[in-house]
Amino acid sequence: MMDITDLTIKDASSLLTSKEVKAEELAKAFLERTISLNKKLNSFITVTEDEALEQARKVDELIADKQPLSPLAGIPIGLKDLFSTKGTKTTAASKVLENYIPPYDATVVTKLRDANAVFIGKTNLDAFAHGSSGENSDFGHTRNPYDLERVPGGSSSGSATSVAASQVLAATATDTGGSIRLPASFCNLVGIKPTYGRVSRYGIIAMASSLDAIGHLTKTVYDNALMLNVTAGKDEMDATTSPNKPDDYVSEIEKGVDGVKIGLPKEYFKDLKGDVKDLIMKAVKKLESLGAKVEEISLPNTEYGIATYYIIQPSEVSSNLARYDGIRFGNRRTSFGAEAKRRIMLGTFTLSSGYYDAYYLKAMKVRRLMREDFTKSFHEVDVIIAPTSPTPPFKIGEKMSDPLSMYLSDIFTPTINLAGVPSLNVPCGFLDGLPMGMQIIGPDFSEKLLYQVGHAYEQETKWYEKKPKID
Amino acid sequence: MIDDYEVIIGLEIHVELKTQSKMFCSCSAEYFGEKPNTHTCPVCLGLPGAMPVANLLAIQYSQMLGMAVNCDNPLNTKFDRKNYFYPDLPKGFQISQYDLPFSQNGFTNISIKSDKGIKSIKRIGITRAHLEEDTGKLTHATVDGKKVTLIDYNRSSVPLLEIVSEPDMRSAEEAKAYAQKIHQIVRYIGISDADMEEGSMRIEPNVSLCSRNNKNTTNNTNNKLPSYKVELKNINSFKFAEKAINFEIKRQAEILDRGETPIQETRGWNENKNETVSQRSKEEAHDYRYFPEPDIPPFVFAKKYIDGLKAKIPELPDAKLERFQKDYQLSEYDAEILTRDIEMADYFDEATKAGKEADLTPKQIANVIINKKPDIGKILPATLVKDIKASSQKATVNQNDLNKAVEEVISENKKAAEDYMSGKENILMFLVGQVMRKLEGKADANEVKEALIKELKK
Repeated sequence: MMDITDLTIKDASSLLTSKEVKAEELAKAFLERTISLNKKLNSFITVTEDEALEQARKVDELIADKQPLSPLAGIPIGLKDLFSTKGTKTTAASKVLENYIPPYDATVVTKLRDANAVFIGKTNLDAFAHGSSGENSDFGHTRNPYDLERVPGGSSSGSATSVAASQVLAATATDTGGSIRLPASFCNLVGIKPTYGRVSRYGIIAMASSLDAIGHLTKTVYDNALMLNVTAGKDEMDATTSPNKPDDYVSEIEKGVDGVKIGLPKEYFKDLKGDVKDLIMKAVKKLESLGAKVEEISLPNTEYGIATYYIIQPSEVSSNLARYDGIRFGNRRTSFGAEAKRRIMLGTFTLSSGYYDAYYLKAMKVRRLMREDFTKSFHEVDVIIAPTSPTPPFKIGEKMSDPLSMYLSDIFTPTINLAGVPSLNVPCGFLDGLPMGMQIIGPDFSEKLLYQVGHAYEQETKWYEKKPKID
Repeated sequence: MIDDYEVIIGLEIHVELKTQSKMFCSCSAEYFGEKPNTHTCPVCLGLPGAMPVANLLAIQYSQMLGMAVNCDNPLNTKFDRKNYFYPDLPKGFQISQYDLPFSQNGFTNISIKSDKGIKSIKRIGITRAHLEEDTGKLTHATVDGKKVTLIDYNRSSVPLLEIVSEPDMRSAEEAKAYAQKIHQIVRYIGISDADMEEGSMRIEPNVSLCSRNNKNTTNNTNNKLPSYKVELKNINSFKFAEKAINFEIKRQAEILDRGETPIQETRGWNENKNETVSQRSKEEAHDYRYFPEPDIPPFVFAKKYIDGLKAKIPELPDAKLERFQKDYQLSEYDAEILTRDIEMADYFDEATKAGKEADLTPKQIANVIINKKPDIGKILPATLVKDIKASSQKATVNQNDLNKAVEEVISENKKAAEDYMSGKENILMFLVGQVMRKLEGKADANEVKEALIKELKK
């Protein structure tokens, strides 16, 4: 059998349809790797072996029956443990939901099931998605496959690690302020934060409802587009999903960047460390050499991003976590971790009468201005390129005692959630052997363009071929 | 002394809307008498990840109520989250409306009688009518010897319309008249059964008293509301509302007489003891931490849509009352009875159409409907008219025969006649019966009655 660490979704899918490999064999190989590496990486909270094998056998039957198949059929994937799965524990990595088994599937889970993807298990995260490193999980932190002493980034820590370590070929994730893009950057992965409302949130445990975007992590841009083709679209169960018909994200992915106008927002580069800046500028030069045009732009309200985000997000968190009141779901409120408690207190304060106008209402006004910054810029340029993280992955424990420095790991990402526009992290190289990524940001519903730009760059650099050494 | 105070009453009325499905999910909104927790889903159970989708019919209903009580219907509105903990509230917040309700700034008129029996019209301001979701229902029980609280989520997320009045009522009678008016309108436009006993309509009066001396100095109580108010709950009939308010007025007057101020609190009506009982002190106001519901995008309604809804509002009680008096030449008394509920009013309208062809006046039909109370659910209006026509032909007796029979019966039943004259009015029906027997049932009972009274009072 092949080396599964070399596989992409695209490769695996063609092996399955050409009958070179059986879905059951593939599932077994990935399950085996998942289980054997999990002690070291702690990327999974629950492994659903029986279900995975059953799903895989079904795919083999469909293939034998010459049924038409989705490109995701038989593909082993991980589900962030915020995605409700009928009959399978969904913990949000919090003790509060330690034993909670949902009676229903999230819409995205249903779509993936219908595409006959194979669910390897539920991946670890910062509890309730509160964090940038994965260290806030109540079930232990996840390690970065590229350096086991370092964090994989959060909150989608287990999803990132599981894909980077080839325990799965893709994993679902959520991004409220950077929770897909930061771990993608830290783990040499492609991660999409789609436009707000592009992918249904129904059934996915909410963090901050007006900011939560549902995406996924893959090794390649092409794989990422394949996944979005399945997950995107209007959902009658989520009133905030867009009625706009999704594009086919794969069909013209090789279009190239000839004539594409790229904006570099000066506010994102001004305090950037030299080596990080050099890496991103090198990537921009590469795109320029492929025909893109580059210009400097300004997003003047960027400096208020973190402050605005840390008012709106905890306000919504404090309300969304109110249902875990100890009456249902088994565990009491005392089971909340420190970070959840911190956000409940912050949010309760900023929504209190007498403070609402000064905090929440003011933040919502600034949020509108930030969105306007982006809308204006997209009259001048097609996409914006910005750093995803100010640094490569940091050491486990390095920022745990200082919540503010942890919050600042996300300095370049939450503004995009506040604006609601899509952003794609693509790997752009390594610093001292540690992965770094950059964001390609576009106007609402421009995911197709983001994939074209990302793919053009990726084909020239193929950073995904640099695998972690964990075996 | 009660007379030293002016009574200030405002009403919050909750009405459960008669939609098939719940406010934010597709579960059946039927809960009364259903097996507990059978009409539930992830949304109304508040399970992690579940999201609300607004019921558009419930929104239409709430806008229609606003239109029927002369409210403005803003084109831009939204839902908000009202955050508070209670075991019957599965999400830890209620989806409600804070600053942009579907209807606001309206009024309705009530008809009130003064002590001297003079009728007048009073306008009661309606601050707002907003849409929200109902909570689950708690039952305290003993199971296997253990005291437990059971939660039934069938009622969770049933659409609930809250209609908030201005503090414009000055007596329990006015409050009752206002509540009955809202009840009548709600049933006219068909948005709720508004059944007080089943809880699909709930009245919560806010009662406080204001010294009349203050009034004399400011000359306007509206500008000088008392510093406290008492909210009354657990009221499941109009009669109890009236009783509870009157009890409360007396209770508060006694406190004020002592020079004290009643506590701001919520009190429940205890129908066994006939008194209000303290439930919850409201000295520290709840901070509900309202903010816009992020899971439901704000609404932008087209003016055309609002106008279209307005066209759906049927003729309302006041207009119908006026029309019945004018077009049908009915007394206010008769017209009021016939317009009390819309089924009766529609029935009467239909019957008059049939009556026209049968040469019956609306008054003749009204008399039969009011006095004989035919089952309008079973007898078609045209059938009723036919019956009236038939019996009126059969019942023609000559005026002389009638007078003769009346005179005979009075002289044969002197004791009864005397009793009637001394105030025992019930005996009249006995005399009517005697006359009818003499005439072999051929007379109209009303005519007999009138003839008897006329003869007796000679």
